[in-house]
Amino acid sequence: MAEQIVFYILATGVLLGALAVVVPPFARNPLHAAVALLTTFSLMAGLFVMLSAHLLAILQIVVYAGAVMILFVFAIMLLNLRKQDFSPAKITAWKILGAAAAFLIATRIAMVAGAAVSTHTAVDLSLEQYSTFGSVHDVGIALATKYLLPFEITAILLLVAVIGALVVTRRQGGLR
Amino acid sequence: MDWMFMLIALLKVLVVLVVFVLMLGAVLTWVERRMSALIQDRLGPNRAQIGNVRAWGLLHPIADMFKAFTKEDFVPAGANRMLFFLAPAIALASTLACFAVIPFGPGEHFTIAPLDSGMLFIIAIGSFGIYGVALGGWASNNNFGLLGALRGAAQLVSYEVTMGLNLVGVFAVFGTMSLSQLVLGQGELLWGWLPKWGVVVQPVGFVLFLIASMAENKRAPFDLPEGESEIIGYFAEFSAMRFATFFLTEFVEIVLIAAIAATVFFGGWQIPWLDPQGVAGGFITVAQIGFFVFKIIALCWLQMLIRWTLPRFRYDQLMNLGWKVLLPLSLANIVVTAIVLALS
Repeated sequence: MAEQIVFYILATGVLLGALAVVVPPFARNPLHAAVALLTTFSLMAGLFVMLSAHLLAILQIVVYAGAVMILFVFAIMLLNLRKQDFSPAKITAWKILGAAAAFLIATRIAMVAGAAVSTHTAVDLSLEQYSTFGSVHDVGIALATKYLLPFEITAILLLVAVIGALVVTRRQGGLR
Repeated sequence: MDWMFMLIALLKVLVVLVVFVLMLGAVLTWVERRMSALIQDRLGPNRAQIGNVRAWGLLHPIADMFKAFTKEDFVPAGANRMLFFLAPAIALASTLACFAVIPFGPGEHFTIAPLDSGMLFIIAIGSFGIYGVALGGWASNNNFGLLGALRGAAQLVSYEVTMGLNLVGVFAVFGTMSLSQLVLGQGELLWGWLPKWGVVVQPVGFVLFLIASMAENKRAPFDLPEGESEIIGYFAEFSAMRFATFFLTEFVEIVLIAAIAATVFFGGWQIPWLDPQGVAGGFITVAQIGFFVFKIIALCWLQMLIRWTLPRFRYDQLMNLGWKVLLPLSLANIVVTAIVLALS
């Protein structure tokens, strides 16, 4: 019961935060939108904790709330974006198409999620499994054995991104 | 049962944060000024008095508190009020929250929240401190504040990496991320006489950790986000209690760094060479908590000494040190540790 209450509080916070990122009165100020996104990321970590994925929760905060969001904030501050005055929206064919596509995708996701919930049977973890599930040790072992190839490919992908960033920011005429 | 549990947890929070951490933080503001005076051959603040009691100026933190509370709370024109209000709160709260996982004594009773991956919790929650700096500087609608915030955010992000990586070596040696397990592991003796403290098995890790965490604390020689002599600072526009919150956060961070270093590298509450069998039950616990507090105070003193001894870096020197010296060294430290562990 207490768990459900905590879940609904966190879920409401996540949704409200996500809405505040894009819905005008709050989102008109880019930094306010960034703070709202930060709230969403942090509360998501709370949801991960409730699923007993503690490492994932902490990584969520370190990577998304800590590193990714601070870069967003950094960019906003450097560009010195202040309040954005949105001009009255024009309705174009593209926007109607986009809205229709978004609506279709949303209903599809809702259907799939609903089906999954209705047919889902809770997996009972034994006490022993439960105590180590999602722990640093277990996730580490899984990453280094079962998911080694995806793990390494992700690492190469990130390396490519790093080199790409260097190439883009390098000044003309070689390295300095 | 549940209410009892909540009540006890609340009591622990009050004792640790209000009685210990904030008090020590306030006393440290006095120590800082007296120590700098000693080093610079001055007397330092010693005049605050109640009646005829002066207590070497120990009443200054109380006077400071009254001053901070009664000064005008000034918000500059064009400032973002919400973020201006939020920034000092984020800074202080994220620092205080880290004390939740510090084990002050043996057993679960002396930790507010005994977590399995306590150290990761500190790194995660501590990273919110950047927002206090970044949002505070931006919200005050001042270019110098913004400059300080940018410097601060870049510095904190850079040194956070080194700080986290240097703890990996200790985790590997003791095979755990739980702070209470780390302390238990450090109770053993190497070769029968040398305490197996983190600083003994990971000396390079400790030095790098101390440097990186002092940079995280934004104090000299890493005080570019504040830059007193250049009047560039993310809290340049903050006054009264809002400024005092930032100021206190800095001193609470000193205590936090000392607490983490004492737990991870100096054996926590363990007293080396002391046979617990020989002492009556209650006393040993009190002695262990006392020894832990002593270690924290000693490490606070060390940080103060470093702060008043070294001059400030230039900004490019700071970035070079972080990315080109400390980071490769800490990676090498991890590799060497792993090889040694694999061979033994």
